[in-house]
Amino acid sequence: MRALTWQGKHDVRVETVPDPEIVNPRDALIEVTSTAICGSDLHLYDGVIPGLLAGDILGHEFMGRVVDVGPDSTLRKGQRVVVPFTISCGRCYFCEKHQFSACDNSNPVAKQDMTEGLYGHAMSGLFGYSHLTGGYAGGQAEYVRVPFSDIGPIVVPDGLEDDKVLFLSDILPTGWMAAENAGIEEGDTVAVWGCGPVGLFAIQSARIMGARVIAIDHYPRRLELARQLGAEVIDFEQTSVLEALMDMTGGIGPDAVIDAVGMESHGFGVDNVMDAVKQKVGFGADRGHALREAILACRKGGRLSMPGVYGGFLDKFPLGALMEKGLTIRTGQTHVQRYTADLLRRIGEGEIDTTFLISHRLPLEEAPRGYANFSDNQNDWTKVVLKPR
Amino acid sequence: MRHHTPYAGPALAATLATGLAVVGLATLGQRRARQRDLVARHPDDAPARDRRAAPPGPRRTGHAVTINRPRAELYAFWRDFRNLPKFMTAVEKVTPGTSGRATWTIAAPGGSPVDLETEVTEERDGELIAWRTLPGSAVEARGRVRFRDATGGRGTVVDAEVAYDPPGGEIGRWVAKLFQREPGIQGRRELKRFKMLMETGEIATSDNHK
Repeated sequence: MRALTWQGKHDVRVETVPDPEIVNPRDALIEVTSTAICGSDLHLYDGVIPGLLAGDILGHEFMGRVVDVGPDSTLRKGQRVVVPFTISCGRCYFCEKHQFSACDNSNPVAKQDMTEGLYGHAMSGLFGYSHLTGGYAGGQAEYVRVPFSDIGPIVVPDGLEDDKVLFLSDILPTGWMAAENAGIEEGDTVAVWGCGPVGLFAIQSARIMGARVIAIDHYPRRLELARQLGAEVIDFEQTSVLEALMDMTGGIGPDAVIDAVGMESHGFGVDNVMDAVKQKVGFGADRGHALREAILACRKGGRLSMPGVYGGFLDKFPLGALMEKGLTIRTGQTHVQRYTADLLRRIGEGEIDTTFLISHRLPLEEAPRGYANFSDNQNDWTKVVLKPR
Repeated sequence: MRHHTPYAGPALAATLATGLAVVGLATLGQRRARQRDLVARHPDDAPARDRRAAPPGPRRTGHAVTINRPRAELYAFWRDFRNLPKFMTAVEKVTPGTSGRATWTIAAPGGSPVDLETEVTEERDGELIAWRTLPGSAVEARGRVRFRDATGGRGTVVDAEVAYDPPGGEIGRWVAKLFQREPGIQGRRELKRFKMLMETGEIATSDNHK
């Protein structure tokens, strides 16, 4: 089959690789009909996430048709499914608590050592996201082997086309969980850093939950999308964010702040320049300007929600502000399976539309061009959907 | 008010050096004091295998894992030793004999398999299985696995421990084969595979082919 493989920093290629097959009893094989490039794939593309090997197949946002099943799968051939990027067994303590991204059993044993050294515990397996998360082949391919297929994939009705449901695989639940983690109460103002796909879906979700939303970015096109979703916007290139947020909230600060930027933050602060230099020379993994600013902006006793991806360590972290102001942090990889059924219903009822995000549709063969533009032309390339055939 | 003096560099260096020396001496002193303390300490409640300084005698390694299944089920699966190769990758086959004896066939990398005779030294239904290698075996080791109910309905805590003589010579070669050089890592992985198998019915792999 054809698949998008990672070869090194800023080097991805579509290559011919062996077709996957059913390995374990609960597996299913999916023929991919649509797959997207995620903002977090750019962290892999930029080489700032460790644990990738040349030849790894990327992609964790995908959907398709079931073409084969293991004896213990509950799926049937021909069903259309969207596959969560988190691989979860459904039987361990964490899955039973619906903390699916903390699944004990989906990250292969030999792969867990590295994460345990780095984080103290291993998290669930993820599709196409380095060997830290299991080394599973990803979905930017013609076919994918899906483990624990009785737990993850959600069957979608034929009436809903791919573009409407594809983002149930990651970014829509991720945006939704980000808003949920903001603990929105009546009358709340939520500030969202980053109007990429997750930020925009967090804005959309926070609006549905009743919050006033202030969105922060510097790409005009993305700020315009945020505005269309009902957010007020701040362009950090023309406005001082901290002062503006205080003025726009009557001197209180936002009740909740959402960092939808993560480890490759842009910004003009001295801290960010130093982080960028350190990241370049491989000395300190994460750039955290948005996160620092969010903590300083948040009102006393407020909530910090972090859907943005971080991989390692961050210095100049305003721990004092976090503690003294009594902020609550909620974060983590998304517990996708917790949200898919509810969000599918909202899509079906027309409450949530996700198609506005898609700026480009490319054949899988042109995936490298998609990566380059999604990385370099962030204003216009808001979301790339790849079609394997 | 800050002002600059041409001697700031050397003065700063001298201050730093003095500071470092003081900190260094203090650290040394603290470590000595801590070592003295150790002698007088009562044992704490952690397993002996977690001691910073290994006690004399055979080396111990072990791990605990919580498995979301009933105790009796886990015990029964483990007690049927023929099941062990399903999650112990180095073990090719276990053949039960009479009166608690068993023959373990261990995969030896790059050579023919090795047989090891063991006997059960203690067993309490649903709670504990202890074993040792028979005298004259290539490896002298004993082990035990304990099963107890986890708190809060979380299933069963399985705690497995192996005690063995530190590797050396011929024995070391066998032990290395048995435990793939890092008995700790190997044991932890085996318990995790046991957990996967019992909780999910399969052992996770990211291989796309059998």
